[in-house]
Amino acid sequence: MKPQTLFDKIWTAHLVREEPGQPSLIYIDRHLVHEVTSPQAFEGLRLAGRPVRRPDLTFATMDHNIPTTDRQLPIRDPIAARQVRTLEDNCRDFEIPLFDLNSPYQGIVHVIGPELGLTLPGLTLVCGDSHTSTHGAFGALAFGIGTSEVEHVLATQCLLQDKPRTLLIQVEGLRPYGVAAKDIILSIIGRIGTSGGAGSVIEYAGQTIRDLTMEERMTVCNMSIEGGARAGMIAPDDKTFTYLRGRRYAPADFEEAVAGWKKLTSDPGAEFDGAIHIEAADLSPQVTWGTNPGQVAPIDSRVPDPAEFDDPNARKSAERALEYMALKPGTPLVDIAVDRVFIGSCTNSRLEDLRSAARLVKGKRVSSQVQAMVVPGSQQVKWQAEKEGLHHLFRESGFDWRESGCSMCLGMNPDILSPGQRCVSTSNRNFEGRQGKGGRTHLVSPVMAAAAAIEGRLVDVRQYDLEATASSKPS
Amino acid sequence: MEPFEKVHGVVAPLDLPNVDTDQIIPKQFLKRIERTGFGRFLFYDWRFLDGKTLNPEFEMNQERYRGAGILVTRANFGCGSSREHAPWSLLDYGFRCIIAPSFADIFFNNCFKNGLLPVRLSEEQVEAIFQGVRKTAGFQMTVDLQKQQIKADGGMSYGFRVDPFRRRCLLNGWDDIGLTLRHEDLISQFESRSAPPLSPTSA
Ligand code: SF4
Repeated sequence: MKPQTLFDKIWTAHLVREEPGQPSLIYIDRHLVHEVTSPQAFEGLRLAGRPVRRPDLTFATMDHNIPTTDRQLPIRDPIAARQVRTLEDNCRDFEIPLFDLNSPYQGIVHVIGPELGLTLPGLTLVCGDSHTSTHGAFGALAFGIGTSEVEHVLATQCLLQDKPRTLLIQVEGLRPYGVAAKDIILSIIGRIGTSGGAGSVIEYAGQTIRDLTMEERMTVCNMSIEGGARAGMIAPDDKTFTYLRGRRYAPADFEEAVAGWKKLTSDPGAEFDGAIHIEAADLSPQVTWGTNPGQVAPIDSRVPDPAEFDDPNARKSAERALEYMALKPGTPLVDIAVDRVFIGSCTNSRLEDLRSAARLVKGKRVSSQVQAMVVPGSQQVKWQAEKEGLHHLFRESGFDWRESGCSMCLGMNPDILSPGQRCVSTSNRNFEGRQGKGGRTHLVSPVMAAAAAIEGRLVDVRQYDLEATASSKPS
Repeated sequence: MEPFEKVHGVVAPLDLPNVDTDQIIPKQFLKRIERTGFGRFLFYDWRFLDGKTLNPEFEMNQERYRGAGILVTRANFGCGSSREHAPWSLLDYGFRCIIAPSFADIFFNNCFKNGLLPVRLSEEQVEAIFQGVRKTAGFQMTVDLQKQQIKADGGMSYGFRVDPFRRRCLLNGWDDIGLTLRHEDLISQFESRSAPPLSPTSA
């Protein structure tokens, strides 16, 4: 038989109907739902008198527009409150399990899926949210969909999809000191651009990727969409199985499941539509200087000069970005002063992210210029972090310690930047106004964000002792 | 969905690459639970100075583009978030067709589900349209999905291609869910043969 890619195997196993000249009908094993992209879909079902086909494969939570302050208080914004209430009503009416604000399992949808063992190797998983690519870290085929497609999946448990192309991104070698998973994916996006992955499913492979922890793999897959890809995936291995064992919704016969999951790798000689090779030794801590995640540079470099861009589109974009970001070409990135620091989002709000940031801030004070906050990705992350005392370290340093949610990743709730404020953020999008109208965002890893909070400016974290076991720190 | 055959109208320019859905419709408007009424908020932070006054610097705001039904823009339009509020706001504002050298995947899909036609043309063709739009006030164009052809003022004429299935759905105004449910038997068959771990163990 022809050697198959990991993607091919999952795709083929989920084909319900294939017809030349038409998109394929594929079966969806898990559907995650949140408050912002679902109300119109449920409304559509009601209007057409259609039921939810598989409420047992559908799971909901609220994460985008909820406050991260005291949960005992009602949501003040009446429109946000109505949207949250609508999700509660819809889940009740259509009998969908909901992890609501009182649930110990509530959190950002892409944090709780894996945490609960809803995300499993070999599954197809969708959500009305572009960062659904996160779940690919487990060797699942996971991608974001629009609200019409949410309605389609609710009604049919299937999705009409054109078969995407495949792109292999191979990262080889030992990660240099101070390089986080975030730096790997930011470097990749810097290289392929924000549309370099368009129409593709990326498989990340190679020694560097295998060496990543599950949480680090999620960070990498999470930002696949920022490179324009539909999905990102990593073949499951022992780390994947260990992570999943004992999770709430993990399969009852776990060993049998593992035996099947072990076949989920790309066969030797499998053909991809494209391939990119990256040497880990070339990687360094990254920071975005512009208004899309592809406008990124190593922390020890300078703000680029748009005049040096060959492509006229890239030049125009860079000019506009620098104007918006209020940056001058040639400025060393480490000279950029910051007003706010946000540690959170589905990219970097998991336990290891918080641990690495907490280690760095321990015994230090947040700069008096800076307002800094940590927003754990889920109630489970928050609970575990508090058990380890991380919240004390953050609070003693001057960070705010919040309830779980998307928060200032997109600023739909009250956590937003004021116009002109400059924020160093562990989230995934630095678009104009993303964190608040007129706000300026620099994307970085959690340790880079922690260091920026302390120094009040962007910092090269390699000057710190990071005690990072995953890195090859020179002794 | 309303069938789409052709659209004739004024063309408005948005001369930027990588326009993301956060710009098309900013997040503060995603809290609404309706599908309609988003047109007022289209390109909100660019169109308005303080939420009320139109920003005179934003090209689309010029009088000559009033009532435009077609938008011409640059590469990778609609990148970022999957929010379907983006096509909803474009449609509600009055656009029926977007022309660009390329589109982001999810946005591209979302357009078809709502009867908004995204047309891919080459960089050169898009550039020529921009020039036409700027040279002639009230520059108009007809986008014919049936013939897959664009005809514009000044004798401009381009062919374009739309995936045949999507084209058929748009021309007929078909609803995807209805189409899929015709294959309900296949879905049931799939469900009965698919093995665990399909079902979550504790619910
Ligand atoms: S944390 Fe940010 S990117 Fe992730 S799901 Fe929430 S809003 Fe989207």
